[in-house]
Amino acid sequence: MSKVINILFCGTGGQGVLKAAEVTGVAAMCAGFHVKKSEVHGMAQRGGSVESHLRFGQQVFSPLVPKGGADILLPFHSGEEERLRGFLKPGGLNLLPFLGRAHEKGVERMFLNTYMVGVLAGHLELGREFWMQALEQEFRAKKLAENINVFLAGFGEVGA
Amino acid sequence: MTKSAEQTVFLSGDEALARGAYEAGVAFAASYPGTPATEILEALAQYPEVNAQWSVNEKVAYEVAFGAAIAGVRAIFSAKHVGLNVAMDPLMTSAYVGVNAGFVIVTADEPGLHSSQNEQDNRLLAKFAKMPLLEPSDPSEAKLMMPYAFSLSERLDIPVIVRLTTRVAHTKENITLGSRTCVEPRGFKPDPAKYVMVPRNAYMRHIDLEKRLLALQAEAETSAFNKMEINDPAVGIITSGVSYLYAKEAFPNASFLKLGFSFPFPEKLMREFAAKVKEVLVIEELEPFLEEELARLGIRCRARHPSWRVGELRPEDMIEVAAGRARASVEPAASRKPVMCPGCPHRGVYSVLKKMKLTVTGDIGCYTLGALAPLSAMQTCLCMGAGVTMFEGFRKVLGKNVVGIIGDGTFVHSGIAGLVNAVYNLSHGVLIILDNATTAMTGTQPHPATGLTVKGVPTKALVLEDMCKACGVDNVDIVSAYDTPAIERVLRERLDQAALSVIIARTPCKLIARTRAPQVRCNAAKCVKCYMCLNTGCPALIKGEDGLIRIDQDICVGCYVCVSTCKFGALEKGAV
Repeated sequence: MSKVINILFCGTGGQGVLKAAEVTGVAAMCAGFHVKKSEVHGMAQRGGSVESHLRFGQQVFSPLVPKGGADILLPFHSGEEERLRGFLKPGGLNLLPFLGRAHEKGVERMFLNTYMVGVLAGHLELGREFWMQALEQEFRAKKLAENINVFLAGFGEVGA
Repeated sequence: MTKSAEQTVFLSGDEALARGAYEAGVAFAASYPGTPATEILEALAQYPEVNAQWSVNEKVAYEVAFGAAIAGVRAIFSAKHVGLNVAMDPLMTSAYVGVNAGFVIVTADEPGLHSSQNEQDNRLLAKFAKMPLLEPSDPSEAKLMMPYAFSLSERLDIPVIVRLTTRVAHTKENITLGSRTCVEPRGFKPDPAKYVMVPRNAYMRHIDLEKRLLALQAEAETSAFNKMEINDPAVGIITSGVSYLYAKEAFPNASFLKLGFSFPFPEKLMREFAAKVKEVLVIEELEPFLEEELARLGIRCRARHPSWRVGELRPEDMIEVAAGRARASVEPAASRKPVMCPGCPHRGVYSVLKKMKLTVTGDIGCYTLGALAPLSAMQTCLCMGAGVTMFEGFRKVLGKNVVGIIGDGTFVHSGIAGLVNAVYNLSHGVLIILDNATTAMTGTQPHPATGLTVKGVPTKALVLEDMCKACGVDNVDIVSAYDTPAIERVLRERLDQAALSVIIARTPCKLIARTRAPQVRCNAAKCVKCYMCLNTGCPALIKGEDGLIRIDQDICVGCYVCVSTCKFGALEKGAV
């Protein structure tokens, strides 16, 4: 079986966790991968824990990232990171430090998700054009330019 | 969602199923919002060719859609698992009737009850109702099954149940769009023996249903949705739905019998598969549906430990399940509890109920969160409508310190009959309708009292106060849900009267009325650190390291419920 990339997004309701996973999923689809993204809606979203499982590759079966199988953990909330860090595989990438960077740099709450997606993009080899396609699809024209700027700021954090 | 052919888009199982129904020429759709089924009707409502509606409740939705199918167009009814309970009456008899144009029932079950009051397994319902059962594993299969479901329904004269679970309904995947097949309306030809279910006719239709079930079973034996994958013959796994995907990933070399058309059981196929492998293993979520059938057929299989009948399966569980071991932990995973939003209009009402130490029978919606700490102001939650009816039972046993609570959407769904009953049976006391002008928990869908249809078309709005008066309620008071002193005053007055009263706490949900007033500030000189304000459970109130109350200015919307709880005037309305 060819390699499947497993990413777990986590945070709390209202932080834009689901939107971040959606942008990433669309970017991976535009890049030609088979994508599965799984999450729960409804009561869980009212300020409670929110997690989104994203997997892509040549062919994906399970919609959920298995515990101990995540290549990347993308946390929006330190408490949630603590709860779910066990999902990372040995040697997996925890992007928690970038959450701290976002706070230091004063990234606005409403743009935190786009910033973290930028950071994630810096760690994935998907091709920038696919990310731009996804951002264009997921944000209204009025908010697009701002989101692209924040995305690029996050992207620029990687390897800087 | 675009409609041009040959385009690939990223769709959820709900959206893909809706797209499949659309491409199969569905012309009518009815539903009531409920997680994880809500997005099916929302997606169908986007198509101008589909007459789609949010109905008053699931029984109504089922009957309206079934009526459309009998009148000659392909129709679909969708609901969450417990929603189907509300439609059980028409569902059971419609199997006898059969269809005219195809009729598909979608049940979206919730193993692990992320947003539900139970985790019933509706596969058993297919067997009980004697209807065929299709179980897609992922969004692409959900789409693929829809044209087949309608054709099966028409060929064998039977409503078809399609069962999703949360991990199918709320998984997104690449979906390739096709074009819509035009299906001509069939018209309606009266046939009392088929459509009028009086005892003799129904008896004859029952005989006919048993014949149809045999034909359905023959179809299941050869259905392309029941796939045998023979690899390593040492272990053969029989499975269905999302469990197949978990098992396939955990045991890529095993042999599989994947059942997409799982009832009536394809007995011959199951026997054939069992003969090809050394040991049969059953992997399924919730009830031992397949396991019991294998036992009935006398096929030896390694079954799950009974502890797996509770909760959702996960990919990492496969080794334990296959080994026949018990679930390591029976407790649900610890996670952050949901809370009412900042500025949620329910918070004010619950603050008063908590302060007055009333016993509260509750109902289903965002306001169920009033049962959680720190509010802890609701003592029961059973099902839709029970906030009204259990109130009557409580009031007649415990006396006047009992209040019933129900939301506006839920009141219209199934609270009205309970209110009529309370009037008829001479009940006294106070019922509160939390009227936030939407169906909030499922994502702010319109309902009959909002004056809008699912397609955004203005319609006559049901006036809740007129409805209550027409039911015969003695007093109807309308208050702002933020005005806690007024709520308390009216409650104290009405609780003491020998009358049945309804208080409508009317303030729109913060998810639809995204207005903000000047934010609250804490005056440090007046704050005595009593923390009464924290009892409101508002996420914008934070106890600082110095013990003083801080207000999270990013999320405070200025509802001032906390201001009225502070006896020392430390919480102040900010300047404009």
